[in-house]
Amino acid sequence: MTVDLLDRRLLFVTGKGGVGKSTTAAALALLGATRGKRTLACEVDAKGDLADFFETTRPAFEAHKVASNLWLMAMDTEASLREYLHLQLRLPTVARLGPLARIFDFVSTAAPGVREILTVGKIGWEVRERHYDLVVVDAPATGHIVGQLTAPQAINDLVRVGQVREQTGWLADLLADAATTGLVVVTTPEEMPVNETIELVARVRSETRIDVAAIVVNRVLPELFSGADEAVFERLAEPALSDRLADAVRGPVGPVLDAARLAVTLRRTRAGHLDRLRDSLGPSVPLLYVPYLFTRGHGLRTTGQVAQALSDELGY
Amino acid sequence: MSSLEQLLAAKEIAICCGAGGVGKTTTAAAAAAMAAVSLGGKVLVLTVDPARRLADALGMEELGNVEVRVPGSVMAAAGVEPRGELWAAMLDAKQSWDELVRRHAPDDATVSRILDNPLYQNISGRFAQGNEYIAMERLYEIHRTGTYDLIVVDTPPTRHALDFLEAPDRMAEFFSSRLLRWLTAPARSRMLTLASRPFYQVADRVLGSQFLQDIAEFFLLFQTMYDGFVERSQAVKRLVHGRRTTFIVVSTLEVTPLREAQFFMDALAGLGLHPGALVLNKALPAYLLDAGATRVSERLRADGPALAAVLGGDAGEPAAVARVLREVGESFLNFGVVAKREAEQRTELASRPDVVVTVPFFDTDIYDLGGLLRLGRSLWSGG
Repeated sequence: MTVDLLDRRLLFVTGKGGVGKSTTAAALALLGATRGKRTLACEVDAKGDLADFFETTRPAFEAHKVASNLWLMAMDTEASLREYLHLQLRLPTVARLGPLARIFDFVSTAAPGVREILTVGKIGWEVRERHYDLVVVDAPATGHIVGQLTAPQAINDLVRVGQVREQTGWLADLLADAATTGLVVVTTPEEMPVNETIELVARVRSETRIDVAAIVVNRVLPELFSGADEAVFERLAEPALSDRLADAVRGPVGPVLDAARLAVTLRRTRAGHLDRLRDSLGPSVPLLYVPYLFTRGHGLRTTGQVAQALSDELGY
Repeated sequence: MSSLEQLLAAKEIAICCGAGGVGKTTTAAAAAAMAAVSLGGKVLVLTVDPARRLADALGMEELGNVEVRVPGSVMAAAGVEPRGELWAAMLDAKQSWDELVRRHAPDDATVSRILDNPLYQNISGRFAQGNEYIAMERLYEIHRTGTYDLIVVDTPPTRHALDFLEAPDRMAEFFSSRLLRWLTAPARSRMLTLASRPFYQVADRVLGSQFLQDIAEFFLLFQTMYDGFVERSQAVKRLVHGRRTTFIVVSTLEVTPLREAQFFMDALAGLGLHPGALVLNKALPAYLLDAGATRVSERLRADGPALAAVLGGDAGEPAAVARVLREVGESFLNFGVVAKREAEQRTELASRPDVVVTVPFFDTDIYDLGGLLRLGRSLWSGG
């Protein structure tokens, strides 16, 4: 059996744009915190979305506490470099990197992996130093996550000497240890997100050593009718009965029945994609289902609802 | 300008942009398909999405850097006799970079030295900003051939919606920067530059001098292409910013994508560019907002057993009928909540282009050209 999801210490949460990646990352962090783990939620794409899910101020590089056991930070590669230089090379902390920052910016644009290594490096360091029991990363979307996760190896290949070289080794090992690190892929039961998830899992398995810890299937629509009830619905939708119903309620019944049919069709189309996802992934990866929330509101309440759904799925 | 049809009939390039997951790729493909079918001419849809989704939607095995024509049999299967031709291509960033190098490097020896450089191989394959630039560069290249009447481009998911617009400038800046000149200066004079010393020492300790030399060597090679490159990126910029190009901003009616769409439209306006159209995808049906139907749903949810009794036994066993009525009412109200939020989102849009198209939430997936055209027809008519 695989390691329990929240017993790992580092979770990267990724997914195609628009599937609820940040919501899921926030919910996993919240769940970890409510289960007594000192948890850090880290946002990598500096969009500030994660703050909305906790209804707090925009995160900074310096983590701030947003709830009991829960801290929030935003990745900032320049700050990460500064911290690295200070901690590892014992350079005095400079308030402003000035020209060094511009040069760094230039080199990191030119040399692939430099920006990524500073991101993964900072996160890995927090894990290794056990500053937190659990670090949940709101990671880049599916198109960019592999580049991020393979950065330590890429740097290893490009940089043959120097201190960075010495430090990419432990980082790569930390990422490869399934008891410590896992990747969570968020999807919705729709065609394109499912295709992208299948492709991503294949790439992660062939190009990285990181363990795919779970697939979170977000926005699963409820089943409206059990088998026998659907026949009842079909009879109700026939003109004779729907007219009688309209008389009884003295209002338009047609749109209400149309909406039910839409809900049934949507659910059914999606079920097919879910089957495809399950078949292609095999039994080794757990699928966690989160129901469609008929709110579309952001905020702590939604995060709590998703966390509860995940908690149920994980059998807590 | 009142419809997407008129807009696309008047432009040579349409760039689709918006947040991830809003249906950008599909919208681009559907608009191109409609243009080919009903406007005629040669229409190309160029996708730059690394997830390779356009091939799926067009029902094609695979798409590559070279444009291919969607076969007549696929058109026939969709039940259309197109007035024009539909072509499709997917950006292969690595291949496009290689071509760019071949075009601009002074001689064959330099070409192979660049192509073999480990740093270049890494950059051309993975350089995220490079991806955005190369997409626009490829668009320029294809447009220049004059082969197509209309090119519809699907943009890569970017951290920042404007990245691909600014990419040509940044690329030019990158290659003309003093830093590059400093890096590519001979090592001895570099060491002697006082201002650069702290960096060099730190960089040397962190990265090792070998790596710095690799970087320097790489840029030295790249500098041989400097003039061609800068000139080229300026031409790319003129095209993207020119009057023959229009922008189709794609969004759903959810908070985050719409915020990004608004930001993007404001930014276009700030650059003096004119957003041509806003496409609002996956909108729930308007009947979900109907007050009468909402009241009916509340009745169904609350009075299931009583209504089942009124209906008698024709529909089925009373308990089951009551259950179904309750579910149906509940479901309408649930989706109604979402529809109301969407309506609110729409009214909150501060500025909007002349063409605003609302596309309904299709209850089945788009997996072939027929499906794309169904979406396309609603793009054409959904003003």
